Formats: sequence, C-alpha cells, structure tokens
Amino acid sequence: MKLVISIAGDSLQSPFDARFGRAAAFCLVDSDTGSWTAHANPALEAAGGAGVQAAQCVAGLGAQAVVSGAYGPKAYASLSAAGIAMHLAPGNAPRTGADVLAQFKAGELSQAQAATQDGRH
Amino acid sequence: MRIVVASGKGGTGKTTVATSLALVGGESVRCLDCDVEAPNAALFLHPVLDRRQEVGIPLPRVDTARCTHCGKCAEVCQYHAIAVLGQTTLVFPELCHGCGSCTRLCPEGAISEHLHVTGVLEGGLTADGLEFARGLLQVGEPMAVPIIRELKRWPPRRRPAIEIWDAPPGASCPVVETLRGADFALLVTEPTPFGLHDLKQVVGIARELKIPAGVVVNRDGIGDQAVDAYCADQGLPILLRIPMERRIAEGLARGRSLLETAPDYRPAFQDLLAAIQDRVNAEYAR
Ligand code: SF4
Ligand code: SF4
Repeated sequence: MKLVISIAGDSLQSPFDARFGRAAAFCLVDSDTGSWTAHANPALEAAGGAGVQAAQCVAGLGAQAVVSGAYGPKAYASLSAAGIAMHLAPGNAPRTGADVLAQFKAGELSQAQAATQDGRH
Repeated sequence: MRIVVASGKGGTGKTTVATSLALVGGESVRCLDCDVEAPNAALFLHPVLDRRQEVGIPLPRVDTARCTHCGKCAEVCQYHAIAVLGQTTLVFPELCHGCGSCTRLCPEGAISEHLHVTGVLEGGLTADGLEFARGLLQVGEPMAVPIIRELKRWPPRRRPAIEIWDAPPGASCPVVETLRGADFALLVTEPTPFGLHDLKQVVGIARELKIPAGVVVNRDGIGDQAVDAYCADQGLPILLRIPMERRIAEGLARGRSLLETAPDYRPAFQDLLAAIQDRVNAEYAR
C-alpha cells in the first residue's frame, strides 16, 4: 500500500517529523516494495490552513495511509474526507522515517480517531 | 476628512483622545469605534444606539449534485479554506475570508454564498448630536477585518464633515484596515521605551499607506525624552501633550470622558482638531 510518513528531511532515512501540517516533507513509501520518494510540504510557509494544504498534498500523492505524530482538526477533517487512514507514531524519541515504517509494518501504530491537537488559525 | 486615532498598544489613552476630539467636533463628526474586539468608546460618549445591522462573511456552499470535484476552487483559494479531497469538497469557515473567488471561478456554477454572521454594527447619536457607530465581533470569531470594513462602509445619517475612527490597539491587519483611506493618522503614545517601540510600528504602517501622521504624547512627564527625539528625527509633529494628572485617570476609571473631568482641556482639543485640518488641507494643496 502507499503510505506517507512526515519527515524532517529529504529521504526515508531522515528524522521522523511528528507535526503533520508543519512537517518539512512527506516521504511516500510503497510498503510492499520499500521504494520511496520525498516531497516537500507545500504548507510549510502557509500562514493559515497548513493542515488543509498538507492533506491536499498527501491526497494528491495517492496515499492510502499516513503516519505522523499529531493531526489538527482541519487536517483530520480533510484526510478523513479523502479516505486516508491516519496513524499515530506517538512520543518524542528520535527515530527515522525507516524506523517508523518498520513500526507500521509490525502493526505497532494505532489509528487516530479524532483530531489530536488544537488547530491554529 | 477622515482622521484615524491609533496607538501601538492598548492603554495609552487612544480612546480618550479619539472621544475628546469627537466631542469638540460635535455635530459635524461621525465617530467610529473600530476596535471591534473590545469597543469602549461608547462608555465615554453615551450614544443612544438605535440602529443595528448584522454583518459577516459570505461563505461558499457547494452543491454536491453539481460539483465535479475539478479542484478549481481549491486552486484559486489563497487561504486554503476550500479543499477538494477525492470525491468531497470541503469548506473551512474559520479560514474563509469571503473573497468570492471560488464562487466566481467554479466552472459548474456549483457554489452559492450565504451570509455567515460574525458580528453586528450598532449606531446612534450622542447627547451632543454627534453620530457614533461601532462594530462588535462575535465572541469566538477570528476575523475582525471584515467587520471593520463593513463599519466604515455603513451609510451615515448625514454626510459628516469629519470622520474620527478609533483604531484597535496593536499593529496588525485590523489596524491596517482601519487606516486604509484615512487622511490623517493621529498616533497616541507614552514617553516610555514601550511607548516608543509601539509608536514606531504604527508609524511604519502609516508611512506604508502614505498617510500623514502626527503624535499625541499622553502621560507626558512619566518617562524619558526618547519619543521626542524620535519624532524630531522622523519629522513627526507632536500636536498635543497631555500631562500625567491624577484627576484625569480617576475620571476615566469612573467612565467619564476627559472633557467631562477636565473641561479646561477643551481648547487644547479644539486646537488639535484645527491643526489636523490645516495639515490635511496643506497636504491636498500640494
Ligand atoms: S470549482 Fe466547482 S465543480 Fe470544481 S471542485 Fe470546486 S465546487 Fe466543485
Ligand atoms: S470565498 Fe475566497 S477565501 Fe472563501 S473559500 Fe472561496 S476563495 Fe477561499
């Protein structure tokens, strides 16, 4: 399946970025083959609506699921509308996108059932 | 003639100056309280508010039967307030500025607009016969600017010779919106380092909008000479100094205007109004 992981760099080996709307980039991974591509987050400079813009980007990449640390209300609404499953990799422990991918494959990550942080205007 | 009374922060006596100026202008004035998040000029002017109008933002509403999810609306919206995600088109009212771009550009005519009420305008006359109006932003609504815009557009009962617009505190979008279209910016400050810092910010906005400005130093004598030096350096005229006086502070705390507490200031405010008029006229004569 096509999975997006929020990262703070430009490769699967970059550190995991726990903030969805404000992540530096999104790593699109094919969880079956392990092939990946990195895509800059267009919402990084957004004054408002970062969550919406980031969600549109992820939807545009054709992802079926996303892994991040927290989802604001607008990101949650947008990703839900797009039918994209939101997974949570909680905690602040330093880890790479590849580590998070391994956790995802091992079924260690739970799904977000609601927005997990306050959105900011 | 449109005069905006502004200051970089709250509590500098901006409203005191604005209402005093309005009171000496009397019937020729319309005074607008543009601090729509915390309007307080009415406390000192005591108008009888007998006009009321709801205002808000025209929010887009998408007709799901007509929408083809082409994405044009999301592309054109610079605020990311409308998004197309798969087979759903979502509107985020908190982000929408009501600009109407999406409605105009939807190729299917699938978007209509409905008014999302975010505030009210209220207006009336004071005992002195001056017209007063204010905007009130509903609690929890994030956007002050559209209310200020509507307030400034609200038709007056009669065309006033002088408009006095009391700006919100700060130096962000609502202040810019209040200053737009003004002929003169009267900047109220205190002679302290904080006062100077905030003054510089509003001076920056006035300059950017090319609005001539002058300064009122309130609580003169409490601080240092830095505000004076800055004004001299920038060619900003100091048009009035109000010394720190206990009786004024006490009167304001009891909801009495400066001119009620200290009628001896009336000539000073008449002079201030005349000085502003001279400067504006000189500006137009150039
Ligand atoms: S522009 Fe109109 S048709 Fe296209 S997605 Fe938006 S609402 Fe739907
Ligand atoms: S009205 Fe303007 S701000 Fe609101 S959704 Fe449409 S394009 Fe965006």
